[in-house]
Amino acid sequence: MEKSLNWREFVITRAIKASGYSAIVFVLLIFVFLMREGLPALGEVEAGNLLSIRWYPIEEMFGILPLITGSIIVTIGAALIAVPFGIGTAVFISEIAPRWVREILKPLVELLGGLPSVVLGFLGILVLSPFLRVFLDLPTGLTAFTGSLLLGGIAVPTVVSVAEDALDAVPRAYREGAWALGATRWQTIWRVTLPAARSGVLTAVMLGIGRAIGETMTVMMVTGNAPVLALKLGSLFSPVRTMTATIAAEMGEVANGSTHYHVLFFIGIVLFLISLGVNIAASSVVFRAKKRAERILS
Amino acid sequence: MNKIVIENLSLQYSDGTESLRNVSMEIPANAITVLFGPAGGGKSTLLRCLNRLNDLADVEVVDGKVIIDGENILDPKTDVIALRRKVGMVFARPVVLPMSIRANLTYGLELAGEKRRSKLDEAVERSLKLAAIWDEVKDRLDDPAIALSGGQQQRLCLARALALQPEIILLDEPTSGLDPLSTGKVEAALQELKKDYTIILVPHSVQQAGRTADYAAFFLQGELVEYGEGSVIFTAPKDKRTEDYITGRFG
Repeated sequence: MEKSLNWREFVITRAIKASGYSAIVFVLLIFVFLMREGLPALGEVEAGNLLSIRWYPIEEMFGILPLITGSIIVTIGAALIAVPFGIGTAVFISEIAPRWVREILKPLVELLGGLPSVVLGFLGILVLSPFLRVFLDLPTGLTAFTGSLLLGGIAVPTVVSVAEDALDAVPRAYREGAWALGATRWQTIWRVTLPAARSGVLTAVMLGIGRAIGETMTVMMVTGNAPVLALKLGSLFSPVRTMTATIAAEMGEVANGSTHYHVLFFIGIVLFLISLGVNIAASSVVFRAKKRAERILS
Repeated sequence: MNKIVIENLSLQYSDGTESLRNVSMEIPANAITVLFGPAGGGKSTLLRCLNRLNDLADVEVVDGKVIIDGENILDPKTDVIALRRKVGMVFARPVVLPMSIRANLTYGLELAGEKRRSKLDEAVERSLKLAAIWDEVKDRLDDPAIALSGGQQQRLCLARALALQPEIILLDEPTSGLDPLSTGKVEAALQELKKDYTIILVPHSVQQAGRTADYAAFFLQGELVEYGEGSVIFTAPKDKRTEDYITGRFG
């Protein structure tokens, strides 16, 4: 009896351990693969070419700067839309809405998060971009701004869902304490509830941005895919091409092992580094907040 | 002089269960009025009615009036924010904010728009003295408030309520998490405070009710069973149920 129990313990612990370690192994393998396929690009293409502003692979022009700025401008635009809107919605759901509204809104938002991005891209092409072209009087509706709007829409459910959970976890006693001191509802939200939920809200923002920067399908459909350097504010209303869209669009056509192939993988490395940077920045802020709380408690 | 007059107050939860049934009582100024009874009797609900904190929970007023200084505060037109500044509250678990002791005290005043440094400093000293904690913290006002002991935190919360210069102080089981020594300090502070304030206390034990009450009200399942001077209620209650509860036969 005892022996068989020990044996089962052994198998279960090992199985859990194995699945835990396998996650690390997979990430490492992907990383190694990415490096092996991408790093040769540095040897095959001159740095000057790689950092130029012309992306025209057929003519051996591999300037990735337009792609990077394209990704950045679309992501910043999306974050500017998703963060205030998402946090606002989360505050509304958790603090202001009556219970029956909350019970409808929360599942609805989560449903929205499960919408396939290709469907949103479809909406973008057929509805949003013609509307923007006419409304803003642009030569084409397929612009960075269109992409930002849609990506913002995609990131909002993520932000709302995570931020609402964080706000909901703030003890009721904090709110009642503030109310009893004569704080208005807005003062309570702004000065007590949101700061108390800060780390969770920050995680929500970072997950939202991560979702936006990694999104491929929608941006490929609605940003126009022109690899033009986007540095001016006006570039927001002209077509851009993002890193993800470039990889997705060209990887299928490229000769295995060619320079173009290696450069596409190199773009993958850049993308990987950017999202790594975002994640590190996020966790260090959260970590610092935790450190501060620990210091106060000690 | 009656500070608060409650007339035929009935409350119910949103699912229809009754919380308070036709309660009428007059609460005098400059005294400690104790609301006691077994859990679920409606004491806390009544307390939270007096600063309209129930607005935000799922409790609704079915009928009745709560009149403070001649005004029915249950009237929808009442300025709830001003009411809550006039009626301070201390909770069972001290909710200190994660900031310095001084900032905890000035928080409510800053919310109310007070910016003058001299006024704020004056309020800090005055309220800490009133809550009988000044001597313990005067040298470390800028330390984080969370570093204080439980009893000190609770008195800090009392001081924070006092900093707003309320007229009425509601206390919902303020010493339920404290050791006897700290409990004694809080009770002593209350005895001092009643000279200037109207105090309504929900104690966490019958013993505390007996120690502190000038007036006492016994609640049982939403009903006000008996209300009168503490010395009478705790020695010669008229109602059999009150007597059973006080002598420990139930509850």
